[in-house]
Amino acid sequence: MHGFANPARFLRLARWLTPSLLAPGVLIASAALIWGLTGAPADRLQGDSVRILYIHVPSAWLGMAGWMAIAGASLAEIVWRHPLAGVAARAAAVPGAFSPALCLLSGSLWGRPAWGTWWVWDGRLTSMLVLLFLYLGYIALADAAARDGGGQSRVAAVFGLVGAVNIPIIHYSVLWWNSLHQPPSISFGGLGGGSSAMAAAFLWPLFAATLGFSLIFGGVVLMRMRTILAGAQAEARLRRKALVREAQA
Amino acid sequence: MTEVLDPWPFVWAAYVAGAGGTLALLGWSWLAMRRAEKRRDEVRQR
Repeated sequence: MHGFANPARFLRLARWLTPSLLAPGVLIASAALIWGLTGAPADRLQGDSVRILYIHVPSAWLGMAGWMAIAGASLAEIVWRHPLAGVAARAAAVPGAFSPALCLLSGSLWGRPAWGTWWVWDGRLTSMLVLLFLYLGYIALADAAARDGGGQSRVAAVFGLVGAVNIPIIHYSVLWWNSLHQPPSISFGGLGGGSSAMAAAFLWPLFAATLGFSLIFGGVVLMRMRTILAGAQAEARLRRKALVREAQA
Repeated sequence: MTEVLDPWPFVWAAYVAGAGGTLALLGWSWLAMRRAEKRRDEVRQR
C-alpha cells in the first residue's frame, strides 16, 4: 500500500492502468447496453420498461461503491496518513456523485411507467437522494480544503467516514420500511439460474453492464487522480521557483 | 382505470442519460487531465 505513496511510482502505474480500464470498460458497457436494448427479453409484468435496469442498477451499485471507496480512502488518510488517500477520495467524489444522480433519474423514468409516479418519499429513494447530497457536501468540503492549500482535509475525511452510515441504510431500506421499490432480487449464484429472484436472461446483461460501468468508473477515478497530482506538482514547482527568485533578490 | 404508457420513450431517455452522461464525464475528465499534465510539463520546462 505504502509502495504507491510515491506519486512518481503511482503515476507510472496509473498511466498504464487508465487505458487498460477504460478501453474494455467502454467496450463491455456499450455491448451490454445494446444487449439490454435489443437482446434481453422484456419482462412478463413490466414489459420493455425493465430495460432501464441495465442503467439503473449499475449506477446504484457505483453510487454506493464510490462512497465506500471514499470512506476507505478517508480511513487510510486519517489512520495511516497515506499521501495519496486524500487524492483518491477527492478523485472518486465527482464520478461518485454522477452515479446516484443517474440512479435517481433512471429510477424516476422507470417509476413513471411501472408505478405510475415519478417519485415517492420512501426509504430507498430518499436514502439514495441523501447519498447524492452527501457527495455534493464532500465535494464542497474537499475543494475548499484544496483551495486553502492543504490538499488533504481531515474534515472531509471524517465526513467521508461518517457518511458511510448511509450505505447500509440504502441497502436495507427496502426490508426495514414499506416501499414501492422491490426488495433485493440479486444473489450470488443467480447467474446459474439458482437462488436469484431474477432470471439468468436478465442477470447476464446486467452483470456485463455493471462490470463495464465499474471499469469506466475506475478509469475516470485514475484520470482525476492524475489531474489532481499534476496540478499539485505544477503548483509546488511554481512555489519553489518563486522562493528561489525571492532568495536571489 | 389504469393508465398504460408506452415504455419506450422512458427507456430511450434513461439510455441517453446513462450513455450520454458517462461519455460527457469521460470526455471532461480526459480533457482536464490532459490540460493539467500539459501545464505541469510546461512549468517543468520553464
